[in-house]
Amino acid sequence: MKRQQTQRAAVGIISSVAALVVVPIVLVILFIGIKGVSAISWEFITAPPREGMTEGGIMPAILGTVYLTLGTAIVSIPLAIGAAIYLAEYATENRLTHWVRLAIVNLAGIPSIVYGLFGLGAFVLFMKLGTSIAAGSLTLGIMTLPVVISTAEEAILAVPQRFRVVSLSLGATRWQTIWHQVLPHALPGILTGVILGLSRAAGETAPLLFTAVAFYLPELPRSLLDQTMALPYHLYVISTQVPNMPLSKQYGTALVLLVIVLSLTLVATLVRTRVRRRREW
Amino acid sequence: MSDTSPFPPPHQATPPPERPVQFGWSLFVERIIERLIWVTGISTIVIVALIFYFLVREGLPTFLDITWRQLFGRRWYPIEDIFGLWPLIVGSILVTFGAVVIAVPLGLTTAIYLGEIAPQWQREILKPLIEVLAGIPSIVLGFLGWVALAPVIQNLGAATGLTAFTGSLILAYMALPTIISISEDALYAVPKEYRDGALAIGATQWQSIWRVVLPAARSGLVIAVMLGIGRTIGETMAVMMVTGNAANIPALGPGMFFQPVRTMTATIAAEMGEVAEGSLHYSVLFGIGIVLFLITFGINSLAGRLVGVQTNDRRKGKL
Amino acid sequence: MPKYGVTGPPRICVMLALLLASLGMLASCRTEAITSDETSVGIHRAIQNKGSDTLVNLALAWAEAYQGIQPEVSIAVTGGGSGTGIAALINGTVDIANASRAMKDEEVEEARANGIEPVEHVVAIDALAVIVNPENPVDQLTLPQLADIYTGRITNWKEVGGDDAPIVLLSRETNSGTHVYFLEEVVRLGDSENPDIFAPQTLLMPSSVGITSELRRNPRAIGYDGLGYVTEHEKMLALAVDSQSPYVTPSVETGADGTYPLARFLYMYTAGEPTGEIADYLAWIRGPDGQAIVSKLGFVPLSEE
Repeated sequence: MKRQQTQRAAVGIISSVAALVVVPIVLVILFIGIKGVSAISWEFITAPPREGMTEGGIMPAILGTVYLTLGTAIVSIPLAIGAAIYLAEYATENRLTHWVRLAIVNLAGIPSIVYGLFGLGAFVLFMKLGTSIAAGSLTLGIMTLPVVISTAEEAILAVPQRFRVVSLSLGATRWQTIWHQVLPHALPGILTGVILGLSRAAGETAPLLFTAVAFYLPELPRSLLDQTMALPYHLYVISTQVPNMPLSKQYGTALVLLVIVLSLTLVATLVRTRVRRRREW
Repeated sequence: MSDTSPFPPPHQATPPPERPVQFGWSLFVERIIERLIWVTGISTIVIVALIFYFLVREGLPTFLDITWRQLFGRRWYPIEDIFGLWPLIVGSILVTFGAVVIAVPLGLTTAIYLGEIAPQWQREILKPLIEVLAGIPSIVLGFLGWVALAPVIQNLGAATGLTAFTGSLILAYMALPTIISISEDALYAVPKEYRDGALAIGATQWQSIWRVVLPAARSGLVIAVMLGIGRTIGETMAVMMVTGNAANIPALGPGMFFQPVRTMTATIAAEMGEVAEGSLHYSVLFGIGIVLFLITFGINSLAGRLVGVQTNDRRKGKL
Repeated sequence: MPKYGVTGPPRICVMLALLLASLGMLASCRTEAITSDETSVGIHRAIQNKGSDTLVNLALAWAEAYQGIQPEVSIAVTGGGSGTGIAALINGTVDIANASRAMKDEEVEEARANGIEPVEHVVAIDALAVIVNPENPVDQLTLPQLADIYTGRITNWKEVGGDDAPIVLLSRETNSGTHVYFLEEVVRLGDSENPDIFAPQTLLMPSSVGITSELRRNPRAIGYDGLGYVTEHEKMLALAVDSQSPYVTPSVETGADGTYPLARFLYMYTAGEPTGEIADYLAWIRGPDGQAIVSKLGFVPLSEE
């Protein structure tokens, strides 16, 4: 019976460890929620900060994050979908494709601060965009490419081959097949990837440090070449650099950021499961 | 698996039509679109090359104007032109090592639980939860570490709560989703026959996992660890808030992880704002960026190659 | 029945487009709502004010007060450290650089090489306090003792009359003017030939607030901050130049009359002599209204001369 005992012990330990991993996730979210909810108010979300940021709200930071996320979408979506179509429909398994895949895996692994350096060197300085929404969006957009490409490719490959074959047999060209048959059916999956990528981008701080953000701006940004405040950076600043910052407001900012990012993740997951269920193949 | 799993999806390229079925203008437009698609495809390679180019362009003076001896010095004090990288490298290594030591057993065990033991309803709760963890921004975890975790570590007896260990703990949790998802893939890839075979000759479930499935998934698990390391070494904001940022090489010994350290990533983030463009300090920070780029490039390429080997082994029936 | 031949954009595509469009409209709505409130005249650039974290609260208070009386002027304030501000001045990306230390000769050279002639304006005086946790029994130290502590020659509180506990060294980042001032006046005891630097185990905190936050919860820590940042949660040490001299606690008075050994000027640098709005702003800062804010925030106002 020793083997049975080992079996039970092993299962017990494994389950406990899994719980050890998962329970803190829930605790973290609850913790931030409980400690931060007292700071949430209509003013908090819609008003700019006052009194050296200790009063008022975080609206410019939220808006900045919205702008940057939109910018990231504009930069990354066309490139990523194009690359995904290329990999799924056009590329054969040769050296070039191998390098493309290698490039994507590497892009995914590059540290976010190195993207920040790249953004500084390439967009802020070389392209003379200065610290701006444009530079930040370009940097974040490139950083988001790997995630979106991977999910988009998967979504495109999931479309059954027979769709393509029938389309071609009816006389369509390759591109017509892709545009009219493959992409529409892959779109929900692509969308999942896009939203997931954007949710990551919305939470990033390091790439923005030298490319887009400022500590305090008296006005909202009015053009792509303006600096902006951003929610993740704002959290960093108020928790480490602003004196007399009420702790509840710090947690409140963290909570707002968490809610935004997790909502996007939730939407992406919902899209994915809804599509899987509705799928007729 | 969503995300950038290194295992390439099964590939099916559509065969080109035998002869064009449209002529003239539409065909021309189509060819342009297809060329654009090709451009976006190779743009990924171009972008990686550009990143490396700009890093080198701004960081080259590091390696030209500073001797290797100085670069490997034990003190980092840039405002006096003391550019010893060693404390930063040690800081990154310590935090990463600690994170991996914590995250790998936790992640692997969770992957086993998810893949082999958990009933379906639990899987449906746990997997989204892990994806939630993957989505939590690093600044939020760093904030929690600074505000809530550091005091706890201090109360446990450390001189200060801002230590390499605090950083490792937070990084471990951040790396878990990567490690879990790739380990899960690796375990899933082990053919059902292996498990059935083990059970058929009388093994318990645990014995079949421990002695059959895990060894079979070994190469995939190695890849999971490597990608976890890659993820951890590159983290910036969370470590910047909790490791104390002291450019110190802790003395070897049991208390090593409970000393404050300074990672390469935090150094770049903390100091880049201050430097005059083109100065030596500026170049050295880019130089650190080059080092980070090469490290993660190495890890990812190695992992990619291992995936290739593994896919081949599987194809040849070796696994 | 599978839906072949779908040629129009599927519903989800439309939803995405609507989502993006509405976000975009929301964003532009916000911009319009805010700009219509301002009395600003067309394309108006804000005065860019960047640099010392010691000065940043003061700078922010000045900016808020000044924008209250001159609403057509807008001032953007950022911290980052004296080094950051000076670097920005050298790069030509800032109008006023805040610094808690004087520009070094090399920096002035670099600025001139970029065609910028830095002009120095003293805007306030700061007494730099050395602080410990209120539970710490140590009340006073000499500067040489401080130098030994911060270079790592003394590592335990019991060596200076405290408990048997390791000393946790807190400092600002190297880009901070306060850090440089501390290095020159305390670690090197004012001797420019002294090669000593901070001990490697010194924790470099991101800001003055970082130092006070850690200090509050760590009874073993020691740190330094401008007088304006010290609250009742930290204990200031009385400092003496050496064991023979009297120990002086930092305050606005001891900072002004010179008895406190660590009193320093706070600077604002401009590119060339300031004109127009910037000149008005600087004059106001050095005037009675601006200096009243200096006192209110715990710094030492300039004496009338």
